[in-house]
Amino acid sequence: MSDLRDLYQQVILDHYRAPRNFGALEPVSSCAEGYNPLCGDKVKVYLRADGDRIECVSFEGVGCAISTASASLMTEAVQGLERSRAEELLGAFLALMTGEDDGGGAGVPLGKLEVLSGVKDYPVRIKCATLAWHALRAALGSGDAGAVSTE
Amino acid sequence: MTAPAPLAGRERPAGPGSLDVDRRDRREPSARSCRRPAEPGSLDVDHLREAFPILDQEVHGHPLVYLDNAASSQRPDVVIDAISDCYRTYYANAHRGVHTLSERSTDAYEAARGGIARFIGATGSAELIFTRGATESLNLVAQSYARPRLGPGDEVLLTEMEHHSNIVPWQLACEQTGARVRAAGVTDAGDLDLGAMAGLIGERTRVVALTHVSNALGTVNDVAAVVELVRDRSDAAVVVDGAQAVPHMEVDVSALGCDFYAFSGHKMYGPGGIGGLWGRAELLASMPPYHGGGAMITRVTFDRTEYTAPPHRFEAGTPSIAPAIGLGVAVEFLESVGLGRIERHEQELLSHTMEVLGELPWVRVLGHPAPAAGAPRAAVVSLVIDGAHPHDVATILDEQGIAIRAGHHCAQPLMERLGVPATVRASFGMYNTHEEVDRLAAGLHEVRRIFG
Repeated sequence: MSDLRDLYQQVILDHYRAPRNFGALEPVSSCAEGYNPLCGDKVKVYLRADGDRIECVSFEGVGCAISTASASLMTEAVQGLERSRAEELLGAFLALMTGEDDGGGAGVPLGKLEVLSGVKDYPVRIKCATLAWHALRAALGSGDAGAVSTE
Repeated sequence: MTAPAPLAGRERPAGPGSLDVDRRDRREPSARSCRRPAEPGSLDVDHLREAFPILDQEVHGHPLVYLDNAASSQRPDVVIDAISDCYRTYYANAHRGVHTLSERSTDAYEAARGGIARFIGATGSAELIFTRGATESLNLVAQSYARPRLGPGDEVLLTEMEHHSNIVPWQLACEQTGARVRAAGVTDAGDLDLGAMAGLIGERTRVVALTHVSNALGTVNDVAAVVELVRDRSDAAVVVDGAQAVPHMEVDVSALGCDFYAFSGHKMYGPGGIGGLWGRAELLASMPPYHGGGAMITRVTFDRTEYTAPPHRFEAGTPSIAPAIGLGVAVEFLESVGLGRIERHEQELLSHTMEVLGELPWVRVLGHPAPAAGAPRAAVVSLVIDGAHPHDVATILDEQGIAIRAGHHCAQPLMERLGVPATVRASFGMYNTHEEVDRLAAGLHEVRRIFG
């Protein structure tokens, strides 16, 4: 079961059981919802900005270990970043998942997010890992980002 | 041209469902592959499995355990061969040509209709319409039967345990007509609340649509009892989604007393893209076509068109000839194995599953805890595991070669009613074994080990 150990690393299980930055944010600059109609997983990402800097990020929703851990790790990773840096990180993470590095994320260190790299070997689970990130992208876009779907 | 009378074949003896002589010869392998087991009443599963080539493979280094039959079953060699044989030796458009191949295709297509009609207890093959599957069958009833009869204030009564395919077509028809959809409740045990349902049936109820067997919980609804409730209180038609029932138990639409019955080929060991709708002859005769095109007309001018009688009125265009023939063979296969035997075998698998899962305190089975008298349950088991999301469970089981379904099973209102976002669903078929149930349990232990 070495493959499964790559997928379900302790860090992932830890973030699944005890997600960080979980819950609605108040006040909030923008928020966006991600929905995977295939499995019904939902995640809402809240973002509070201070000028160009992301002051605070949180999320709430129902999801599997992969989507919950990915959302939790994401909130830790983008907290305090400049918007442009957050977008770079987002590009790098999506490139890691899809295996298609278009150069946008090249050279961006992923740090702790690397624990999710095992997901790319499970194609049907990639959308679980990217759900919160698509919601983050929508939230970074404009004030009221509405909902995004992975389908 | 006018549509030929159903079953008008030179080689065929009279009567719906009579077998084409040629096809009977070609079906020789099925007679071998499902010969009667030594012990009457029980299934020789090891032998039966040999008829399903897809089962003999490894997934991630483990022998495949296929427990996703409620989504789609696998098909035996005889069905695969029948389709191949049709295309290789006698395929041509049906109901069109006067040439030999067209006649053979037409005969085989109509013979399949006859066999399937007889299989579900129809009084004649004209009551059996070929569709793409249960979904299209239900849409056909919603549009051709219900829509002309619905108006503002009218009601279509569904149940909380319906598949989306028995919800959305009715919502569409209601949006088009100003009628409204209502839903009869489900108890915590996953049973239809018949008392509450009775209270929802009234003069404005035009249609009552319900599933025979819940695809998510395995609940078997007492269709005959529902029909009685409806007849006492309204003139509503009773429409039954039989997709999960037909491959697992003896179904007799005449005995059920309903008005329409829908099913899908791919869930009953037949090909994909083909299914059926049974409807009462007098109701079908009163309904306008669902689709327009060739084969469903007797005369077309730019002023008006005259339609053929059912079933061809509802089969516009070139039909799915080979899949229909394949479905006919699947039905013969089901009959040769025996629905009684299949049902008993699957009930044993269900009992074993309940027993094994009952020993795992961290597993919660939804719906009825056990098959009991008066509360029959099909071999569909939905479960949730403490601390592990169904999607993760599915991945971990797949890694051990076990195919189950995780998700909402196209029954989101039911999931909401039961208070779960998703479930893990193991659904059994005639070829599943007790060893596979044990493999499932071992797989769940692995989930527990990882998620602890």
